[in-house]
Amino acid sequence: MIDKSVASPAEAVAGVKDGAVVLVAGFGTVGIADDLLEALHEQGSTNLTIVHNNAGNGDTGLARLINSGRVSKVICSYPRSGDYSAFLNAYRAKTLELELVPQGIISERMHAHAAGLGGFFSPVTAHTKLAEGKETREIDGVLHVFEKPLKGDIALLRAKKADRWGNLIYDQSARNFNPIMAMAADLSVVQVNEMVELGSLDPEAVVTPSIFIDRVLVVGAKA
Amino acid sequence: MTTTYKPLNRDQMAWRAAQDLQEGAYVNLGIGMPTRAASYVPDGREVIFHSENGILGLGPKPELGTEDENLIDAGKNYTTLIKGGVFMHHADAFLMIRGKHLDVSLLGAFEVSEAGDLANWTTEDPSFPPGVGGAMDLAVGAKEIRVIMDHTDKAGKPRILKKCRLPLTALGCVKRIYTNLAVIDVTEQGLFVREMVEGMTLEQLQALTEPKLQLANNWQSLTPPAMAA
Repeated sequence: MIDKSVASPAEAVAGVKDGAVVLVAGFGTVGIADDLLEALHEQGSTNLTIVHNNAGNGDTGLARLINSGRVSKVICSYPRSGDYSAFLNAYRAKTLELELVPQGIISERMHAHAAGLGGFFSPVTAHTKLAEGKETREIDGVLHVFEKPLKGDIALLRAKKADRWGNLIYDQSARNFNPIMAMAADLSVVQVNEMVELGSLDPEAVVTPSIFIDRVLVVGAKA
Repeated sequence: MTTTYKPLNRDQMAWRAAQDLQEGAYVNLGIGMPTRAASYVPDGREVIFHSENGILGLGPKPELGTEDENLIDAGKNYTTLIKGGVFMHHADAFLMIRGKHLDVSLLGAFEVSEAGDLANWTTEDPSFPPGVGGAMDLAVGAKEIRVIMDHTDKAGKPRILKKCRLPLTALGCVKRIYTNLAVIDVTEQGLFVREMVEGMTLEQLQALTEPKLQLANNWQSLTPPAMAA
């Protein structure tokens, strides 16, 4: 019997190696796997590359990993969101590298990896500083910039409900990067509010099919 | 000749931009002033707002006490979903943005050039990390890019320029500019003033604008309703 549920946060993030690329879903403070990020902090891996839309908030989760010196690189679109002092301090101290990528390009680069593609040409960033050093090509008279696929060693995800196979549904705008990152990592781990019986999720409404999910941690709904 | 005129306040600017959003249009509103435009769509007109974080059918701000922690807009403020609204993941949200599926993208800006070049993502302040968010995706994708911004900077210097001085977001993308003084169209024949605030002359507006302005044949007074700033 397939059962992807794990018993503890430690088990959920077991095996993450130093230098790993960690896809962290979420937008602002919504749809972030807070418990899995805390578990990753406990787990101890270091020299991590984080892929996330923002760059951590306050002193928990991703910000705590940064404050503990465990993050060497952040790939994000917009670090200046909320209380990003953890990132700002590390950025100013030059202990952390920033790769700034437009929001839609981050998600599409992961989508490309998930789809088995070697990248894509996009008009976004053409003629701008962010295209410097990148291959370009004119397509139908419009300058396009080549973007490489982006793959994670692990994805830390958050969903509303899972079944024991790992089929997932989300909660409103907390969906954001979760379904994309779920498809783009070697190991996809999700924390969910609730585990439901196999067959009880409407097959027309499942957003992430179980094939993309490896481990499920039930944390319950947050107050 | 000096005449007196009164610039629009921010809500009046948002009101003006909203009047051009047509029935049935799918529209992305940038963070900040563009977001306010949603409140001023004329009654009875159905306009569908898109949010980069995966919402099509963005509604008004929730009433106090009814906020949902999992329902936020691109500015990370609590929002609502209108009847018929749906959620999608980020790659699809940006597919809609990049793939010319949206009719209008209404953006804020630091500078716009006479060729419609847009600078709205960085002021190159060395003490802070840069952030681009969805700005570059939005600037290339929608069928029509419109900008809403103050006509001049805080020092009174033009923000509509012959060439942008700040790093570009995208080349030649802006089609219409709403400022606190005028509505200006960017065309291949140059900048055309469609509307100016009452009491303003073209000479006065030109003095606050770097490239040459031309008055459109059918230009009008820009006369918004009174609104608290």
